[in-house]
Amino acid sequence: MKKIEVITRPYKLDEVKEALTTAGIKGMTVSEVKGFGRQRGHTEVYRGAEYQVDFVPKVKIELVVEDALAAEIIKTIQNAARTGEVGDGKIFVSHIEDVVRIRTGETGNAAV
Amino acid sequence: MNAADTGFILICAALVMFMTPGLALFYGGMVRAKNVLGTVMHSMVILGVVSIVWAVIGYTLSFGSDIGGLIGGMDFFGLNGVGVEPKAGVDNLPHLAFMIFQCMFAVITPALITGAFAERIKFTGFLLFTILWVIFVYSPMCHWVWGGGWLAGLGALDFAGGAVVHMSSAASALACAIYLGKRSGYGKQPFMPHNLPLTVLGAAILWFGWFGFNAGSALAANGLAASAFTTTHMAAAAAAIGWMVVEWIHRGKPTTLGFVSGAVAGLVAITPAAGFVTVMPAIVIGLLAGGICYGGVLLKHLFGYDDSLDVVGIHGLGGTWGALATGLFATKTVNELGNNGLFFGNPGQLWIQFISVVATWAFCFVMTMILLKVVDVVTGIRVSSEDENKGLDVSQHSEVGYQL
Repeated sequence: MKKIEVITRPYKLDEVKEALTTAGIKGMTVSEVKGFGRQRGHTEVYRGAEYQVDFVPKVKIELVVEDALAAEIIKTIQNAARTGEVGDGKIFVSHIEDVVRIRTGETGNAAV
Repeated sequence: MNAADTGFILICAALVMFMTPGLALFYGGMVRAKNVLGTVMHSMVILGVVSIVWAVIGYTLSFGSDIGGLIGGMDFFGLNGVGVEPKAGVDNLPHLAFMIFQCMFAVITPALITGAFAERIKFTGFLLFTILWVIFVYSPMCHWVWGGGWLAGLGALDFAGGAVVHMSSAASALACAIYLGKRSGYGKQPFMPHNLPLTVLGAAILWFGWFGFNAGSALAANGLAASAFTTTHMAAAAAAIGWMVVEWIHRGKPTTLGFVSGAVAGLVAITPAAGFVTVMPAIVIGLLAGGICYGGVLLKHLFGYDDSLDVVGIHGLGGTWGALATGLFATKTVNELGNNGLFFGNPGQLWIQFISVVATWAFCFVMTMILLKVVDVVTGIRVSSEDENKGLDVSQHSEVGYQL
């Protein structure tokens, strides 16, 4: 199994969620996060004093999928979240040892 | 007595009262979220405490019979003899109407100072300081200018409080910023306003209330009140635009905070001149006030004091410019009780205005330093660094502004 972590623009969340549910994904975890990449942040000015705001708001979407589906899902996410401008975000993929469904005790692919 | 005048002044008093909660929002929006209630409370508690101090002793020190040009006597102690009959010299109004109108000025002036020490003052120390300040700084200043004191005798013109309200609070604010020192993390962390819509609402209330402040200072529902109302509005409008344009050029974007700060700067600058100048000079005073006060707020970075919400930059420089501009643009065609300024053939007036500026700054700064020292010894004046980090809302009042 693979864990896919997507960090992207907040306003892209709905599009990514739609694309993933259409692709058959049944669950995901979303958090509001802040950070910066090459895009860096923006400048705010209050009464002539400039402040550099490095941490910009992003959303993080986490989901776990079967190995066989991973490549297709990553492509789906990329298509939904891409604008072509700096700040589109990143997708991190990692290997997952096991998954346990708390209610039933199922493990592995059956629990995803 | 005149019923129209009385009704007008009572409504003006109510308008000026509304400025203090307006100021609470103006300042409250500019601090960090953890200090919003502490900052709002500074203004609100003054509305309570100073009103009482004023009734007991402030009014008589300001408007009691003159003692050596310096202070009023005790004739009106506890509002003794202040009733529904007119005050000598203001025969169109019940004495109480005049007193309560003046009370609202005494309330908002120390509230203005709170912008300088926002986010780091101890509540007990602040309360004691405020009470002493009204007695030892505001009341003498008020007496000097409006109560028949030495500045009035000199012929200094201050229609609605350039010296009494704005320079006095700003000079004291400067003393407070220096005495208390910088907020912890100042210059290293960003100190950004947490809710600018609150600040904009507060500024709008100030603008609205200022009509009572300035037009009401005519002390009658007459042409002079109409003139002061108009100059007040036009100066505010011009200054808001002036600040916006200067900031646009300097930093590349017109900001909301800049626009409303400019409006307040214009209101401050026109205050001493409101009842002595015509409308076009008022627009000039406002336009320049926008630029001058924009520069004024940058001074704190240059000199390294932490005037949290720019009381010195806006009320200090705005009030000073307004007082001097009164010496330039005043004309007797607006107000026979005033005088002509430099541009109307009387250069001496500018010199008198200059003396009033220097006297006000020096007296208020020095007296405030002394009061701060006294308060520091009695109650302490600055919160512990732990309380400062927690924020004034929790550390001073055990509540928070937002449960999100």
